[in-house]
Amino acid sequence: MGLLADYTLQNVMLGAALIGVISGVLGAFAVLRRQSLLGDALAHAALPGVCIGFMLAGAREMGSIMGGALFTGVVAALLMVALTRNTRLKTDAALAATLSLGFALGVVLLTWIQRRSGASQAGLDSFLFGQAAATTRADLYPMMILVGVALVGVALLWKPLKLMTFDPIFAAVTGLPVQWLERLLTAMIALAVVTGLQMVGVVLMTAMIIAPGAAARQWCGSLLGMVILSALLGALAGIGGGLVSALAPGLSTGPVVVLLATLLALLSLLLAPRRGLIPAWWRRRHRRSHTSTDRILQTLYDLAREHGDWHYRVEQGAVDAYHGMITEPQLSALADRGLVVPAQHMPDEGRHWQLTETGVAHAAEYAQRRRRRFGNGA
Amino acid sequence: MSGLADPTIAILLTGMLVGMSASLLGSFLVLRGNSMLADAISHSILFGIALAWLLTGQTSGPVQIVGAALSGVLAVYLIETLTRTRRLRDDAAIGLVFPALFSAGVILINVFARDVHLDEHTVLLGEIGFVWLDTLVLGGIEVPRAMLAMAVMLMLDAAFVLAFYKALKLATFDPDLARALGLAPGLIFYVHLSLLSGTAVAAFDAVGVVLFITFVVVPPATAYLLTRRLPSMILLAMALAAASAPLGYALAVWLDVSIGGAMALATGPFLLLAYAWRRWRAGRQKRSTQPVQSPSAPA
Repeated sequence: MGLLADYTLQNVMLGAALIGVISGVLGAFAVLRRQSLLGDALAHAALPGVCIGFMLAGAREMGSIMGGALFTGVVAALLMVALTRNTRLKTDAALAATLSLGFALGVVLLTWIQRRSGASQAGLDSFLFGQAAATTRADLYPMMILVGVALVGVALLWKPLKLMTFDPIFAAVTGLPVQWLERLLTAMIALAVVTGLQMVGVVLMTAMIIAPGAAARQWCGSLLGMVILSALLGALAGIGGGLVSALAPGLSTGPVVVLLATLLALLSLLLAPRRGLIPAWWRRRHRRSHTSTDRILQTLYDLAREHGDWHYRVEQGAVDAYHGMITEPQLSALADRGLVVPAQHMPDEGRHWQLTETGVAHAAEYAQRRRRRFGNGA
Repeated sequence: MSGLADPTIAILLTGMLVGMSASLLGSFLVLRGNSMLADAISHSILFGIALAWLLTGQTSGPVQIVGAALSGVLAVYLIETLTRTRRLRDDAAIGLVFPALFSAGVILINVFARDVHLDEHTVLLGEIGFVWLDTLVLGGIEVPRAMLAMAVMLMLDAAFVLAFYKALKLATFDPDLARALGLAPGLIFYVHLSLLSGTAVAAFDAVGVVLFITFVVVPPATAYLLTRRLPSMILLAMALAAASAPLGYALAVWLDVSIGGAMALATGPFLLLAYAWRRWRAGRQKRSTQPVQSPSAPA
């Protein structure tokens, strides 16, 4: 029994890692290209393909099921492109229509199979939410092939894909076949979706495409770093969720994996050193408490001197932008000390401030003190 | 068993009510370019359904509808909050929020509701075939509960659209002008989406949450291809949705498949026909306005 569990766990972990890697890599591109929801549509549209693959093979055979899912995914993508390119429907409506109609067809086919072949085929149900524990070694081989194809494709086309992701217009001008690259990328996202059918299911595969990419985006400034980290985070969520659901029977795998991936994305949003919300908040606070009112008075003084007018009116927004913080409290404090006064400028412009006579004197003295202490460069 | 409690009549009427109320609200969503919010809301309400069931022990009724509708609104709020941090684009925010809420709902059901009527397949796919079993007597007439809930939601939706028609129209086509005129497009947006969530909850018995999206998006998109006026678009969308219910029912009975799925699928041919008609018209127009073949190669 222990051996059996071990064997199952091995399969689960390997499969989950494969899914995490492929959806992480392709999800990075999808997130950057603002096509996150494409994966959602392709995943829902894979359900009829699963059923068709099952009907053709006559059994729950992974190869043909994946082939079917890939086929309907591509058909759905073509339908989506036709709807947006040839009519005035926008992308969102085309996505939602394809997604829902694909899923409806899938539900119809699913019930058709179930009512004909009886309870023995209830296994198809697991493609809705994923059932990691049902993964067999034979299921893993087609998954490995798909992941291999996708990774080799991304590696070979790295430069063009990168260019197309960040500057599609320039890519087109340099003569890259952008349309074909887009189709290829869509097809590869379909590959990722198909890989995840068994363990995450069609309903939730969208999160596996988006969450690792969105998480990795917060930590990395380069595409290569982001793709690698995204793959690692995807694998982490996949393995964690696969283990939890395999050890706690009754829990569908997909939801556990998705919650883990979402948690990773939220943590990244909050904690990543440069883009994270908490570090950003902390930096803002730090800057606020370390920017003295004297520095702001100095800014007003410098601006006035550059304009050759000691009563030059400075817009509050400009001071905010220069210091990268809200300077209202400091300016009010200066006004209380009689160093600056609020000033009227054009009626519908923001608030302005100008130095008073004492303010000019105070700032000149401060400037001199700074020069003495730090030299001219300060 | 007769009248409204007759199985066929109950199923047909419920399906038509679902279709009409969904496409009434969906028209504005499609026009605003927010169709994927329907996807987000209808997945997210599973969380509300599961949570309200845990707290009250009921799977239907007004409390359930309001509770689950709030989770739809919560999803929209979370999406907007995430987008406002400017760390994520709106598409990624949508794709991050609704799978998480949906997963939380599935896990709640997995853990706490293993053997109850509530299971994730029913919520996802619906069981319109059973609506006639659960009835209550209203003024001496036996009425299926799900049908009554849908009728109430349709009336609420229609009352909202009629009462705020002008504001809704302006908020849809020109939110900036609506804001400048003091019409609070943001508030209208939230009320609209709350009603959509409520309708989705009332409909989940019938068609399930995922198939609900079909009725929200496909008939309005079809009508959008066929007409340029808002009132005719809404009425056409509602008519198409209502027509899909009996068509789908016939298909389902003929092939012995899921009734909700077949009803949703039946909206598809209308979209394809409208698309084909558009293409045909566009082709004819091009031929009549451009007698000389254009020299540029086709793209």
